[in-house]
Amino acid sequence: MKRYFARRRHEMPALNTASLPDLIFTVLFFFMIVTHMRTVDPKVTYNVPQGSEVKKLGHKASIVNIYIGRPIQKAIPANATSYNGFYIQLSNQLATLDDIKDYLDHERSRMSEEDQARMTVSLKVDRDVPMGVVSDVKRVLQESFALKINYSANEQGMRNEK
Amino acid sequence: MFLRKKKRIPGLNTTATADISFMLLIFFLLASSMDTDKGLARQLPPPQDSLNVQELMVKQRNVLEIAIDATDQLTLGGEPITHNELTERIATFVANATNDVSMPEKSRREVFLLGAVDVSDRHVLSIEVDRATSYDAYFQMQNAIVRAYARLRNQLAHQRFGRAYADCSREEREAIGMVYPQRISERVTTAEEGGEP
Repeated sequence: MKRYFARRRHEMPALNTASLPDLIFTVLFFFMIVTHMRTVDPKVTYNVPQGSEVKKLGHKASIVNIYIGRPIQKAIPANATSYNGFYIQLSNQLATLDDIKDYLDHERSRMSEEDQARMTVSLKVDRDVPMGVVSDVKRVLQESFALKINYSANEQGMRNEK
Repeated sequence: MFLRKKKRIPGLNTTATADISFMLLIFFLLASSMDTDKGLARQLPPPQDSLNVQELMVKQRNVLEIAIDATDQLTLGGEPITHNELTERIATFVANATNDVSMPEKSRREVFLLGAVDVSDRHVLSIEVDRATSYDAYFQMQNAIVRAYARLRNQLAHQRFGRAYADCSREEREAIGMVYPQRISERVTTAEEGGEP
């Protein structure tokens, strides 16, 4: 009888973790849906400008990215050229202005006919890049008939409107 | 005595499922990126032969001269201006609601869905950018221009169709785009040389 009053019986029940996998799966699915896979390794850092009129880009398959920014790694490959300290990145490597045409042709040939018609070049350009570089890139785009472009930017609040 | 004892099947041990799904979760967090692609969509003009560029004569009243110099100073017709003022000026310039003689000419056209309307198809926004201008300054100017057009188009959409431009059907948007087409010409110059197209 004395045993009943002993406090030893108050054992903490084990936490039921049966639903933990379900919870984590939910989070997992959430992330799978809202994110998209990184296809390129950034070789340059770029800080895109902010604008109030930015719109979401449609149709991922028809978008070609061109990055212009400051290089991340110290060792710059020999075939890359500096434009006032900024570098152009195409797919996974630093490149020069002359490479853009071939790159666009290559990307275009990979697309379906539908996507070719609506191919958009997304320019992810650092805000400090001088316009001379950007306009040179734009001229190359014109010459290779990639006329739909998109200045990549972040959405800005209504702060500047007032 | 001969009754079989009921064998109890032990429950599947699912303790590790959480770990497995954590692994998957972390993999997806690392391999994917959250940033949604957003930006200002623009259309470039087709390439021109530098040999036979046609000099297009445009009347003075139809041109609005916007320039950014090497120090990122935005000017409109030679005078410094802020981005918000620029939006206002472009909107009044393109719309020319009062048919001012110093503002662009309009032509009366038959537009699908809208009937006969005054179309502002003669105006030109002439942009001159220095090679040393920062991309940010250029982008803010583009943003101001897009905002001006968006405002005009939105106004017209509300007036004629009773809803925002973004909510209009494709035909309606095309009709509005006919009334306020974006006519922009860009030039890039160097401070030293000047006038290089």
